[in-house]
Amino acid sequence: MLSIKNLKTEIEGKEILKGLDLEVGPGEVHAIMGPNGSGKSTLAHVLAGRAGYQVTAGEVAFEGESLLGTDPEERACRGVFLAFQYPVELPGVNNTHFLKEALNAQRKARGEPELDSVGFLKLIREKMKLVSMKPELLKRPVNAGFSGGEKKRNEILQMALFEPKLAVLDETDSGLDIDALRTVSDGVNALRDPSRSVVLVTHYQRLLDYIQPDYVHVLADGRIVRSGDKTLAKELEQKGYGWLTGKDEAA
Amino acid sequence: MNVLAEEMKGLTDSRYEHGFVTEIESEVIPPGLNEDVIRLISSRKNEPEWVLEYRLEAYRHWLKMEAPEWSSVHYPRIDHQAISYFAAPKKKDGPQSLDEVDPELIRTYEKLGIPIEEQKALAGVAVDAVFDSVSVATTFRENLAAAGVIFCSISEAAQAHPELLRQHLGSVVPHTDNYYAALNAAVFTDGTFVYIPKGVRCPMELSTYFRINAQNTGQFERTLIVAEEGSHVSYLEGCTAPMRDENQLHAAVVELVAMQDAQIKYSTVQNWYPGDEEGRGGIYNFVTKRGECRGDRSKISWTQVETGSAITWKYPSCILRGDHSVGEFYSVAVTRGMQQADTGTKMIHLGRNTSSTIVSKGISAGKGQQAYRGLVRMAQRAENARNHTQCDSLLIGDRCSAHTYPYIEVKNPTAKVEHEASTSKIGEDQLFYCRSRGLSEEEAVSLIVNGFCKEIFNELPMEFAVEAQKLLSISLEGAVG
Repeated sequence: MLSIKNLKTEIEGKEILKGLDLEVGPGEVHAIMGPNGSGKSTLAHVLAGRAGYQVTAGEVAFEGESLLGTDPEERACRGVFLAFQYPVELPGVNNTHFLKEALNAQRKARGEPELDSVGFLKLIREKMKLVSMKPELLKRPVNAGFSGGEKKRNEILQMALFEPKLAVLDETDSGLDIDALRTVSDGVNALRDPSRSVVLVTHYQRLLDYIQPDYVHVLADGRIVRSGDKTLAKELEQKGYGWLTGKDEAA
Repeated sequence: MNVLAEEMKGLTDSRYEHGFVTEIESEVIPPGLNEDVIRLISSRKNEPEWVLEYRLEAYRHWLKMEAPEWSSVHYPRIDHQAISYFAAPKKKDGPQSLDEVDPELIRTYEKLGIPIEEQKALAGVAVDAVFDSVSVATTFRENLAAAGVIFCSISEAAQAHPELLRQHLGSVVPHTDNYYAALNAAVFTDGTFVYIPKGVRCPMELSTYFRINAQNTGQFERTLIVAEEGSHVSYLEGCTAPMRDENQLHAAVVELVAMQDAQIKYSTVQNWYPGDEEGRGGIYNFVTKRGECRGDRSKISWTQVETGSAITWKYPSCILRGDHSVGEFYSVAVTRGMQQADTGTKMIHLGRNTSSTIVSKGISAGKGQQAYRGLVRMAQRAENARNHTQCDSLLIGDRCSAHTYPYIEVKNPTAKVEHEASTSKIGEDQLFYCRSRGLSEEEAVSLIVNGFCKEIFNELPMEFAVEAQKLLSISLEGAVG
C-alpha cells in the first residue's frame, strides 16, 4: 500500500527526515512513535503533500505509484487522508457544505457520480453516529469555535466520509480527555478494514491502548530506530525514549 | 474656436431637419466639452428647454470646481477634453465576430454561462441591436404600465413625464454636490427613470444592463427612482460579465427617493474591465449614489458586489430624513491585480428613531488596494438613532492592502453607534487543509471567500446571488500563489 524508501526531507535547509524507510501493507495499522522533534509530524505532512518540505532523496510510493511531486488534492483523490493535529478553522464556511464539496471533488476525480444534497445528508448523518458528533456542528463553520475534542471528531468524521485507503492520523490523541479519546478511537477502530491502512503518529502510548497497532515504529532523529509489535510501545512507556535515542527526554 | 468646435456650432445651430439625424447617428461626437457640446447633446435628445438649462447651470458650476483628490485612489489626471460625450448608437469598427475577440474573455463568458448573442454584445461585436449610450432595454414595460409603474430611459422621461422628472431630478444629488456629479448633470446621456405610484408593489424586479462599449466614450448615466407613499421596488443594476473597454471614465449619478412607508432595494453587480496586469485601460468608476428616505418609516437598502473597474470610487448613501426610516448598505468589493477601490457609505440620520446598518466586506488580492470609507452622522434632531457598522477585510497574498476609515459624528446624546472591524488573511494552512480534502486551490479560495461574503449574498435577489458567487470565484482565479 505505502512504501517509503530512504526518505530525506528538509525544511528551510534543515534536514528533518534523514533516510526513513517504512512499508505499510493493506489493512495494517502502524504506529509511529517518537520524541518531540524527531520528525513525526513532518512525515505526516510530507505524505499529505504540504508545501515547504523539500524532499532531497528517497521515494514514497502509494499503491505502486509515486506520491512525491503531486498536489495535495490529487493525493486526497487517490485515497490519502491526513487527520490534522491542529484542524484548521474556516470561518464562514458551512461544515456541511465543505464536506459535501470535498467529497464530491474526490468522487468526481475518481469518475464516480457526485452526490446531491439529499444523498449527502443521508450519508453524513449515518457517518456522524460513528463519532457521536452533535448534529449542530454540521451547521456551524468548519472547526470555528469547536472544542478540541469536537475538532478531532470532525477529523475522524471526514475519515469515515472519505473512506481513504491510507489514513495518516497526526497526534489525534493530543488535547483529548479520556472520554473523547475513547470516542475517537472507537471511530477509528470501526473504520479498520482489510483494504484500509492506517499510520498513527503519536507521542504517547496511551492511544495505543484504544487502537491496537499491528506494528510500532520508533522514530528518532529522522530515522526509524526500532520496529516491533505493540509490546514495543509498552516497553517504551516503561523505559522512555532515552532508551532508544540515548538522550534524556524531559518532555 | 477651433475647427471642430466651429463645426459643432454649425450643427447645433441648425434645426433638427430631415437627413440630419440619420447622418450623425453613425458617428461619435468628437472629443471635447463646451457649452455647444451640451447643447448638441440636449438637442439630439430632443429635451425640453429646462433640461438644457439644468445642464448648462451644472456645467458652469463644474467649470469652477477642482477634481477632488482626497481619496486613496491614484490615477493620472483625466483630460476631459479628450473624452467624447456622446456615443454613436451604431458602430461598425468593433470586432466582426467572436473569433476576433480575446479568447480569455470568451472563456470567462463561457464559465459564466452567457449565451452567444449576449457574448457578442458584451464583447463589442457589431450586432444589430443597439447597446451604446442609448436607452436601456425596457422589457415588460406593458406589464409595468398596467400596475402604473413607469420604467423608461431618462431621456424618454424628459419628454413623457417632464413634471415628475423636474420635481425630482437633482433633488437628492444636486449638481453642486461634487465634481463628478456636476459633470454628470451637465452631460448625462442616458440612464433610467423609475416611478412607483402610491401603494403599488412593483410586480417584478426591475433590471438594467448598463453597457459601455464604444471606445473613449465617457459614460454619464443618470438614474432616478421615485417610490411614492407605501410603494415597494427592487432594482437590479449591472452585469456579471466583464465588458470589453478602453480607458473610460464612468461618472454616473443615482438618486433614490422614498416617500412615507416606501421601500427601495437597489442591488448592483459591477464587473467592468479592470485593465490589464499593469492596470492599463481599465474603467474609472466614479459614481455618486444617494437615496433619501424622505417620508416616515421609509427604507432604502443598497447592496453591491463590486469586482470590476480599475478604480472604484463610490459611496452609496442614505439620508434618513423621515422618522423611523431605515438605511442599509451591504457591500462586497474585490480588488486584485492593480485594482483600487475607495468605497463605503454615508448614513445621515436626521429623523427620530432612524436606524442604519452597514456591512462591508472587502477582499484584496494581488496588488489590490482597498479602502472602506464610511460616514455615520447623527444630527441634533435624530433622537434615538441607531447605527451598526461591520467592516471586514480579507487579504489574499502579501502584496495587497486594506484600510478602514470610519467617520462618526454624533450630535444627539441619545444616539447609539456601533462599529466593528476585522482583518483576516487566507492562510496557507487553510488552503492546505482544503486541498488535503480534495479541493483544488481555486475551489478552496472560492469556498473561503464565499463564506466570507455570505451575509451580503443573502441580501441579493436569488438569481443575482448565484451569479455573484460564480463571479467572485472567477475573479479570484489564480489570485493565490
